[in-house]
Amino acid sequence: MAPRLADYKTGVHNDWCPGCGDFGILNAIQMSLAEMGVARHEAAIFSGIGCSGKTAHFVNVTGIHTLHGRVLPFAQGAALANPGMRIVAVGGDGDGLGIGAGHFVAAGRRNVNMAYIIFDNGVYGLTKGQASPTLKLGTKTKSLPSPNVNYNVNPVGLAVTSGFTFVARAYSYDVRQLKEVIKAAIAHEGLAFVDVLSPCPTYNDVNTRDWYAGEGTGGDGAERHSRIYRLEDTGYDPVVHFAGAAELDEKLGQALARSLEWGERIPTGVFYRNETVTPYGGRIRDQIRNYAENPPALQAIESGGRAITDVSPMLDDLRA
Amino acid sequence: MAGGVDVSWLVGGPQGSGVESAAGIFAGACASMGYHVFGKREFYSNIKGEHSYFVVRASSSEIRSNVSGADVMVAYDAETMLRHYADVRGGTIIYDAAMEKAMIGDVATMDENYAARLGAELAAAGRPGGVEGAVAAAREAGTAVHAVSFRAILSSLADEAGNPKLRGMTRMFNVIGAALSMGALGVPRDVTLGAIRRAFAAKPEVARLNEMAASRAYSTAESELGGMRCALAPLGGPREGTMLAQGYHGTAIGKIAAGCRFQSYYPITPASDESVYLESHVELGVSGGRPGSTLVVQCEDEISAIGMAIGSSIAGARSSTCTSGPGFSLMAECLGWAGINEVPLVITLYQRSGPATGLPTRHGQDDLLFAVHAGHGEFPRIVYASGDVEESFYDTARCFNYADVYQVPVIHMMDKYLASTILTCSRFEPSRVSIDRGKLLTGRAGSDYRRFALGGDGISERARLGVEGAEFWCTGDEHDEAGHITEDPVMRVEMMRKRLSREGLALRAIPDAEQATLHGGGKIAIVSWGSTKGPILDALEEVRAGGGPEMRFVQVKMLHPFPTSYVAHLLEGATTIVDVEANYTGQLGALLARNLGREPDHYILKYTGRAMTSTELAGALRRVADGTAGEREVLTYGA
Repeated sequence: MAPRLADYKTGVHNDWCPGCGDFGILNAIQMSLAEMGVARHEAAIFSGIGCSGKTAHFVNVTGIHTLHGRVLPFAQGAALANPGMRIVAVGGDGDGLGIGAGHFVAAGRRNVNMAYIIFDNGVYGLTKGQASPTLKLGTKTKSLPSPNVNYNVNPVGLAVTSGFTFVARAYSYDVRQLKEVIKAAIAHEGLAFVDVLSPCPTYNDVNTRDWYAGEGTGGDGAERHSRIYRLEDTGYDPVVHFAGAAELDEKLGQALARSLEWGERIPTGVFYRNETVTPYGGRIRDQIRNYAENPPALQAIESGGRAITDVSPMLDDLRA
Repeated sequence: MAGGVDVSWLVGGPQGSGVESAAGIFAGACASMGYHVFGKREFYSNIKGEHSYFVVRASSSEIRSNVSGADVMVAYDAETMLRHYADVRGGTIIYDAAMEKAMIGDVATMDENYAARLGAELAAAGRPGGVEGAVAAAREAGTAVHAVSFRAILSSLADEAGNPKLRGMTRMFNVIGAALSMGALGVPRDVTLGAIRRAFAAKPEVARLNEMAASRAYSTAESELGGMRCALAPLGGPREGTMLAQGYHGTAIGKIAAGCRFQSYYPITPASDESVYLESHVELGVSGGRPGSTLVVQCEDEISAIGMAIGSSIAGARSSTCTSGPGFSLMAECLGWAGINEVPLVITLYQRSGPATGLPTRHGQDDLLFAVHAGHGEFPRIVYASGDVEESFYDTARCFNYADVYQVPVIHMMDKYLASTILTCSRFEPSRVSIDRGKLLTGRAGSDYRRFALGGDGISERARLGVEGAEFWCTGDEHDEAGHITEDPVMRVEMMRKRLSREGLALRAIPDAEQATLHGGGKIAIVSWGSTKGPILDALEEVRAGGGPEMRFVQVKMLHPFPTSYVAHLLEGATTIVDVEANYTGQLGALLARNLGREPDHYILKYTGRAMTSTELAGALRRVADGTAGEREVLTYGA
């Protein structure tokens, strides 16, 4: 029986604020799993701490709600121990790019096969709206006593330079594109990152849904336009096809250049995609030949309660 | 050691000069001659140049520790001579003649505090403040001191081999020094050459050159170094079923045997050796099954290391991480997450001296109370300590069983002393390793699977990832039976009881013999934990051999939950309780006071970063026996 969207929804009460962008991301994740036909027991959502962290409880697959900033280590451990699972990690921008920034960079270098979605709203919502790492310098959202004194992290640019092999941005109110991007991220061989612009209706009164829709663009309003545009509509090709040095330079360079666009025109879609880089699981196969067939979580280690691993070669090496 | 042989051999030189391989060759030769061997390495937090030394003790009887002092010393550099000449009272010192004129001020690596103390000491005796003064002082103490030109040996080797390049191969000085002393001790030449061959088994050409150098050194020893006061003649072949192990082999091979299939770590002294060993043995033979493997992941920090291990454990693999105090500090928050989510996990904690970076390459048992309390909030855990390397092999398997059966994080306490020893011990017996994965669910789940189902003994079925019908949730928040967030006060009470009741469950179910061990008997009772076991057992023998009283030793292995009634039982009838620990505050003493309401009468403590010798410990125990000991006896032996 083909999975239905309803199968991926739990009955857990969703306590996000009305109008929160995160609803769009949650729906897109559930729709992606359903459309891809991922069996419920073969997927797991790992989440960090914050409003986005609750996502793990709303999706009806195994959900692991971890600690603030630590979603990537937990998720990578699970993905490495059982590479047959579809692992989707989710978290906020404070979670992933503030307290968890070190893990973000290190995860890129590893390129473990899984997807990571950041719910990017520019504020720490659950603690009443402090500035988060993606809020622009000088911005004053309503809970801030004074304008933000820190420069912002560029999530897409950081992902591209850290070794993520699939880097995308989407907008939580464009669920159709968001869903396609998430499906591509889940299907990607390697570590996929999706930065989802997700307005916080309660604490971010600057980057609002109206703002993204074009409020304040085009001078007096005659030329008002949505700030968001889709890369795919511009003929942009994010894919590394041959992995030659020149092509890599070009693809990384264009992704970085686009990642810096903000304000009047904000690109969404896939910025960079490179499946010519071997994922971590493939790199391991050089050391462990049967890693894919007999990964850590599925190995037999005992028989009738007795240990069955042969350590005699190691003990023989130590013979006095 | 009446009638037996017991030789302590010290080798020292700058870090990077091959002190460790020299010690490995000496220990290997002694083990192959049938001796019991126990050695430990001391080194600075440094890559090259700082003072490093190794004391290896070889005995015809069982030994478990080092003694104070040495019978033979090989000094590769002036600092070794200046730091250790007084350790070799009445024995033999062999040093490289090239350092003969060196003064204290020439030794740039010497700590200025020590340099000042040494200078004052030599000056007070009217001796020059350098190697000459040290040599004179040693000779006056009855030590035979031989200056041998290591370079001359190399030159004669070059001449003999017709290969002038060999003159510059000063990296062989370590083998030359070791061979000089082994020749003088009467170790048969072929035994030494065999040990060298084994030490350089991976590099036959290097082995060949070193064998040649050792042979030259043997000739020099025969002609110039007669009259050694002790000798190491073969006792027969290597003892049957004996291994020559490094300290970390116990937990590393223990993890492999116990089926640990995932280890994540961040490099830190003295814990990394274990992970590197696992990384060097990833593919594993499995009887009656497909080849297995241990996936070892080097992480960006210790938070990631424990986070990955938790993720892997949730996926279903036996998982662990290995660290030292600073890394364990970083793990505290994740430890609590594992606690509230009932995740089995083994954290091997190789302690060193803290706080902060403390003495990064030195020994300490500073972290007992931290291991017992680490993490905010209240959650169940087991803290378990091994007393020696052989124990650590079997204990590692126990720790994984405790973790799986009770669904708790287990902190396995090891330390730098254990990590950097080399010793002979009985071959580990994997057939004694049992594996109990507890209520791990790997097949299809029944209907209405709930990960944290209440009822029964409080331990619920734990599905691994990927089991159909057993989807589950985990959260660091308080949760309901399914694993979803709840702040309901009634559910909170139920879940707290579910989790914390298993500490009592573990105490009742784990056999007493695994919780604490009684050695000997007597009115004076020593209480201790971890690596003090070896020095204590050797010190007790020494006290007894010297006509002192029998004493009992209660070795507490399970430190949390604390086996209060069993330890109280083992202490029955004791008139004096002596707490022995390598820390300042006597942390086990605090646990005794808290749990038994009985404070130790004496504390024998050492926190110099150097492990206790049985000699100094025996001295303190004699003082306890004759009533002259203070409440705190602080030991300080060792450079």
